[in-house]
Amino acid sequence: MRQGFLGIALVAMLLGVTVQAETVIVTLEKDNALAVIDPVAGKLIKTIEVGQRPRGIALSPDNKFLYVATSDDNTVKIIDAESYQEVGQLPSGEDPETFALNPAGDRLYVSNEDDYLVTVIDVVNKKAIAEIKVGIEPEGIAVSHDNQWVVSASETTNMIHWIDVKSNTIVDNTLVDPRPRAASFTQDNSQLWVTSEMAGTLMILDVASKQIIKTIKLDIPSVSMDKVQPVGVVIDKERRWGYVAIGPANRVAVINAQTLEVEKFLLVGQRVWNLAFSPDQKRLYTTNGRSNDVSIIDLENHKVVKSVAVGRFPWGIVSKP
Amino acid sequence: MFLMKIPVTQIVFFIVIGLVATGSAYAEPPQIIKISYLTQEQKPPTALSNLDAFIQHKGLMGAKIAVDDNNTTGQFTGQKFELTIIIVPVGGDVVQQFQQQVSSDTVLIITNLPAQKLTQLADLDSAKEKLFFDASTTDDDLRNSQCRNNILHMLPSRAMRADALAQYMMKKRWNKWFLVSGMKTEDQLYAQAIRRAANRFGMKLVAEKQWTHTYDARRTAQSDIPVFTQGIDYDVLIVADEQGLFGEYIEYRSWNPRPVAGTQGLVPTAWHKTHEQWGAVQIQNRFKTLAGRNMQEQDYGAYLAARSIGEAVVRTKSNQLSKIKSYLLGDEFALQGYKGNPLSFRSWNGQLRQPVLLAAARSMVTAAPVEGFLHPKTELDTLGFDQPESSCNKTELEQVKPVIVEKQGTSGEAESRIQNFIQRLKNYYNTKWK
Repeated sequence: MRQGFLGIALVAMLLGVTVQAETVIVTLEKDNALAVIDPVAGKLIKTIEVGQRPRGIALSPDNKFLYVATSDDNTVKIIDAESYQEVGQLPSGEDPETFALNPAGDRLYVSNEDDYLVTVIDVVNKKAIAEIKVGIEPEGIAVSHDNQWVVSASETTNMIHWIDVKSNTIVDNTLVDPRPRAASFTQDNSQLWVTSEMAGTLMILDVASKQIIKTIKLDIPSVSMDKVQPVGVVIDKERRWGYVAIGPANRVAVINAQTLEVEKFLLVGQRVWNLAFSPDQKRLYTTNGRSNDVSIIDLENHKVVKSVAVGRFPWGIVSKP
Repeated sequence: MFLMKIPVTQIVFFIVIGLVATGSAYAEPPQIIKISYLTQEQKPPTALSNLDAFIQHKGLMGAKIAVDDNNTTGQFTGQKFELTIIIVPVGGDVVQQFQQQVSSDTVLIITNLPAQKLTQLADLDSAKEKLFFDASTTDDDLRNSQCRNNILHMLPSRAMRADALAQYMMKKRWNKWFLVSGMKTEDQLYAQAIRRAANRFGMKLVAEKQWTHTYDARRTAQSDIPVFTQGIDYDVLIVADEQGLFGEYIEYRSWNPRPVAGTQGLVPTAWHKTHEQWGAVQIQNRFKTLAGRNMQEQDYGAYLAARSIGEAVVRTKSNQLSKIKSYLLGDEFALQGYKGNPLSFRSWNGQLRQPVLLAAARSMVTAAPVEGFLHPKTELDTLGFDQPESSCNKTELEQVKPVIVEKQGTSGEAESRIQNFIQRLKNYYNTKWK
């Protein structure tokens, strides 16, 4: 009997550990809050007030802090990733929406859409150290994994601006399809994947030459091209698969990252916006802005396994071990 | 923890680094793209009230902001957009000014002119090798029987507006319409579009009346409107008063408590100050900063005109009319218009296909096409005259072969996917019918 109890307790403990092992945090643009999800149980644990109109979110490399762009407060907040208490603010410039953290976690690059700037923030000293003038309405931003490049996508200029990290200057520009939204480097830093919301395309750029090497039109059978508006894009570490959130088409495209062909489309919630891997990259999480939920995709089978209601206008998403 | 250790007296090194225009890459002189903006000054019309100040040069600022945007891209592509503004005074001769002031090497012309003046220009011999971007008219004839192959229309036609309204009314099941129109020719054209939309979407026009009363609110509105609207059983009153002479009187004064839509009340429009979705708030703010007022429809029309030119020029790397025109009318063209969908031109009549906003004074109610209205090609073509309905025989426009901008893989992929699909279909039937 005792042993049995012990066994159950052990199992429960182990389960408890598994449950504790991963947390997904989502910004809720209209609820001014963060939603905290247990993705294994597929449950919303709690929501926490965070500030006005939270959108972009990132996790520090040591998993201790969350950075949240609260756009209408004109700041990026630093949130303790355990207690979810605000511990500081970063001078992001006006109306911060998207930003990217460098691999070391000591520089944060913010797109300031209204001022056509990328603001560089020293995270440790909480100071803006540079402003880089880019094209009109900068949005998507990414730092290469080797910390060489920051790329900024400007939505109206239709350009990818290549910013040299050392000098904080633009050294090259690539003309891309209309309204580029998001950009993501492959783990080996040889490719940059960029989505175009208006052309409905995913463009693969060669980092060395800064040229587009392939454009993939994401036409979905039986969905009108008007609805194909790609936004978020992520690529797994082994560069086996890439995933693109296709906004009002309510689908995530699964792209073979070796052949650069579309493998399939997964139906998720409405107006799918941003994507995040689980830390072990076995699952993918999506924010669905109109259906107010998060879809959980099992990446071993490429199947949508669950959706979790989170609150109004889920926008940004990160997962934490 | 590091948060505790912030040095208080930190010197901020604030470096503002200019946009590197890759000057070295484009040492040669830039390709010049000349655009003319042509308009005629207007006499302020009589208005219902002084609430909205008369705006003299609607459209102009829209063109300017877009040309600035184009030049930002142009810095990187080695192209320079030059905007020449020609304003013909009240009573001046537009044709003469056009001939005198638009140089022969300027082929792209944005206009804010009435339909009749525009066709006069477009029919000139010297205009054969030019392309007009009509930033202001809503005229259905100009897009049908009176169409020209050298005019593109940036704003939605009256028919598109009426259809947008009808789709939403249908969704709300406000099926019984009471149409009230003014005495002006434009009001009659608006009413005609409303009738067409009612017929198209199965709405019932339960009554039609023309407003022949005075336009003086202080004297008569309170007593005239109830009498005018009495005894009719309807869901919504549709008003056709483009100049705004009496339409505003109707709401809150009608006999029955019913909403008003059309030229007043809930208004179908290309652009509205209440519109903030799909990134619109950014262009609204940018415009306000530049112009010191809200963006008007004509500004939006001119903005889209100059941005269309920018897109075509940057993508084709050309300032040649034939290439620009082919690109604009081809399948590759996708313009960001801050309304959710990519915008493109209808090849059969040069109309820019676009969503139509349905806005009240202080709120954006919805945008059409309303969800559920389907179309085999694009839902945007549920608004206005679709290809089979069009009476425009703009042969030249249709015959233009779209420029295919080479994109690796796409066409081959589509082809193989179709083959794949057909094969699977065959397999399916083979197994099923064996």
